Amino acid sequence: MTVTTITDAELQPKDYASDQEIRWCPGCGDYAILKAVHKALADAGAERERTVFVSGIGCAARFPYYMSTYGFHTIHGRAPAIATGIKLANPELDVWVITGDGDGLSIGGNHMLHVLRRNVDVQIVLFNNEIYGLTKGQYSPTSRRGTKSPSTPQGSVDYPVSAGAFALGAGARFVARSVDTLQAHLVGVLKRARAHRGASFVEVFQNCVVFNDGAFDAFTAKDVAADTQIHVEHGKPLLFGAGKNRGLRLKPRKLELEVVTVGEGGITADDVLVHDETNRALAHMLVALEPPAFPVALGVIYCSPVPSFEAEVYAQASAASAGRGAPDLAELFVTKEGTWTVS
Amino acid sequence: MWALGLMLWMYGRDRLVTLDWLKKKFAGRPEIAQANVAALNAGHAFGETAEMSEYGPGYVVRPTAVTPGVYRTVSGTEALAWGLLAGKRAAGLEKMIFAGYPITPASLLLHTLADLKRYGVITFQAEDEIAAIGAAIGAAYAGALGVTSTSGPGMALKTEMLGLAIATELPLVVVDSQRGGPSTGMPTKAEQSDLFQAVHGRNADAPLAVLAAATATDCFDVAIEAVRIATKYMTPVVLLSDAFLAHAAEPWRIPDLDKLPRFPVRFHTDPAGFHPFLREPETLARPWARPGTPGLEHRIGGLEKDYDTGHISYDPENHARMTRARATKIAGIANDIPLQTVALGDDHGALAVVGWGSTYGALHQGVRRAREEGIDASHIHLRYLNPFPRNLGELLRRFDRILVPEMNNGQLVALLRAAFLVPAEGFNKVEGKPFKVAEIVEAIRERLDR
Repeated sequence: MTVTTITDAELQPKDYASDQEIRWCPGCGDYAILKAVHKALADAGAERERTVFVSGIGCAARFPYYMSTYGFHTIHGRAPAIATGIKLANPELDVWVITGDGDGLSIGGNHMLHVLRRNVDVQIVLFNNEIYGLTKGQYSPTSRRGTKSPSTPQGSVDYPVSAGAFALGAGARFVARSVDTLQAHLVGVLKRARAHRGASFVEVFQNCVVFNDGAFDAFTAKDVAADTQIHVEHGKPLLFGAGKNRGLRLKPRKLELEVVTVGEGGITADDVLVHDETNRALAHMLVALEPPAFPVALGVIYCSPVPSFEAEVYAQASAASAGRGAPDLAELFVTKEGTWTVS
Repeated sequence: MWALGLMLWMYGRDRLVTLDWLKKKFAGRPEIAQANVAALNAGHAFGETAEMSEYGPGYVVRPTAVTPGVYRTVSGTEALAWGLLAGKRAAGLEKMIFAGYPITPASLLLHTLADLKRYGVITFQAEDEIAAIGAAIGAAYAGALGVTSTSGPGMALKTEMLGLAIATELPLVVVDSQRGGPSTGMPTKAEQSDLFQAVHGRNADAPLAVLAAATATDCFDVAIEAVRIATKYMTPVVLLSDAFLAHAAEPWRIPDLDKLPRFPVRFHTDPAGFHPFLREPETLARPWARPGTPGLEHRIGGLEKDYDTGHISYDPENHARMTRARATKIAGIANDIPLQTVALGDDHGALAVVGWGSTYGALHQGVRRAREEGIDASHIHLRYLNPFPRNLGELLRRFDRILVPEMNNGQLVALLRAAFLVPAEGFNKVEGKPFKVAEIVEAIRERLDR
């Protein structure tokens, strides 16, 4: 293993890469996410020795081996539990959880629920490719109904889970989305996630070239992207389209979004909703948007921080010891019920 | 209170302590205090006036010869909690992360430690058994003492994580308060039926250390020993307790903290030549390198690692070498634990009664009574169940017969037969109730045709 020399000089994206040969398939979307993470860490000036990547099992879970930081490749679905233990032991560490749709929403769904509701200060990056890649192409919990796969030759009959809706439902205080091919956008989202104190949930739509190629073409293909993606930004109108003249607004007298075109049918810019990332109800509506009727919402959809789990735990711990000085175990053995001496 | 008064007469005990206690307890309610005192005195007077001399007075419990010192009462759960804290102190570790999920009868340990945060323990009630051990493993990876606690069904859920802790060679203490099974079984009843699970219950060749506490006070010492082995050998250690020990209480000589063992952990800090599976030649332990340490950034995981570099390796010979290294490391603990001693009787003879765990009291008294009858029996009680003490095979072979009473259907007996090819015989009770001394005596007599 190469020993990296530590300098205080600014690290470049390549300095966050390990010397290990990458084993993802050529053309896999994971490469782009890896590159974006390197860039986000370099931009943020992250210290490698203080950064830990924790993963479960799956293609995405190989991620820590390709980082020059600390890394723990754990077992299927359980990375959030291990990450929670790491943060409890040392809240100073910057901990990332790398997971996939199967790892994080199927076998690890329970842990995902609880790491989000507890608000442990970790960044969770969920690579959603709507398929089990490492095990050769079975449908996953995010696969659309009717997905034909080795385990569902006639098409899957179960309905998919929405990662974003799951995260919001679990009580996540930071929910964002991006796409593997939107490099600059993804870097920006990852930096926001890292800066957020508490659990940050980032869903990345990631193309699996071998088992589910083109799964997201309907909104990621170059020729349709402008009309099928809406990049949300706090305080800015929810506009999209090549001419930035299409927008989202509430239907009159209904709690329901509709797409309108500014300048048509009397619609003005003032009719378009302004994104408020602290508004949970709006976030719920945004994650539910699906093409072709609606654009897919990308960017920081929800961000409303509260103190993190481990911060609250340590506040209790220090309250428990406040004013008592250095604890001595001997004090613990003293008892109200009394002691007796045998001589 | 009347019955207590009669008991005090039967056993020739002084009433003064109880009378003082009643007056103090009901200081604000003198009429209640007086009523209790009157009832106590009436019971005592009944003993004195009724003609029941066959019952007393004079059944005197003689003071036993005990080590001088300051004593208090302690429950098995308290002793275990404090032992873990003492182990943390002995290892020089700043923090203990104790993660558990509510389960009978193990929850009591979680409750006890949750109230001891000022001693450097963070307790974490996880979402399930898997997350509890996962958090403990994460904590160990980050440089804290990671501890989790459960009972049989929870232990089953933790199995895959135990494999991860073995593969990544991280220190971990797993307390299993055994109960009747299989499945939900009898949650409030004690059993010793998780021994196989502790020693063998994982996929692949996955060895770890297994210890068992014998009495409530022994929980303190065994917990310290579990921390010592876990941190010195970078391995998970299963500490077997049971429903009975969790609730049992007994007098405990408060230890002199300065005289307890010390085994300070040395975290690895030197980047020169570092890789995460660089083994210490004597113990075969890998270095404990905490995130946060500059220059030691490394990746570990459940995939097989190369012996020489710590990188992922599927090389056939390397896997065989790593499998052997993991096994040799655990087997080598036998050179670092006390030789097996005989708890009562000679180190050779007609019959060895070999036990482990909470049956200690019944086996000890059973052997004592048998010896009073002139029977050549000895009591051997095991704390170390994996690896066994290195003299155990030789010790057992010095007895004509070996009787292994257990509250299960025959687990230690199978391990002993497999390890030493000795003709050990089981004596098994699976009623969720502890052995009675008379049952042990009878079993001894039966084996020796007495």
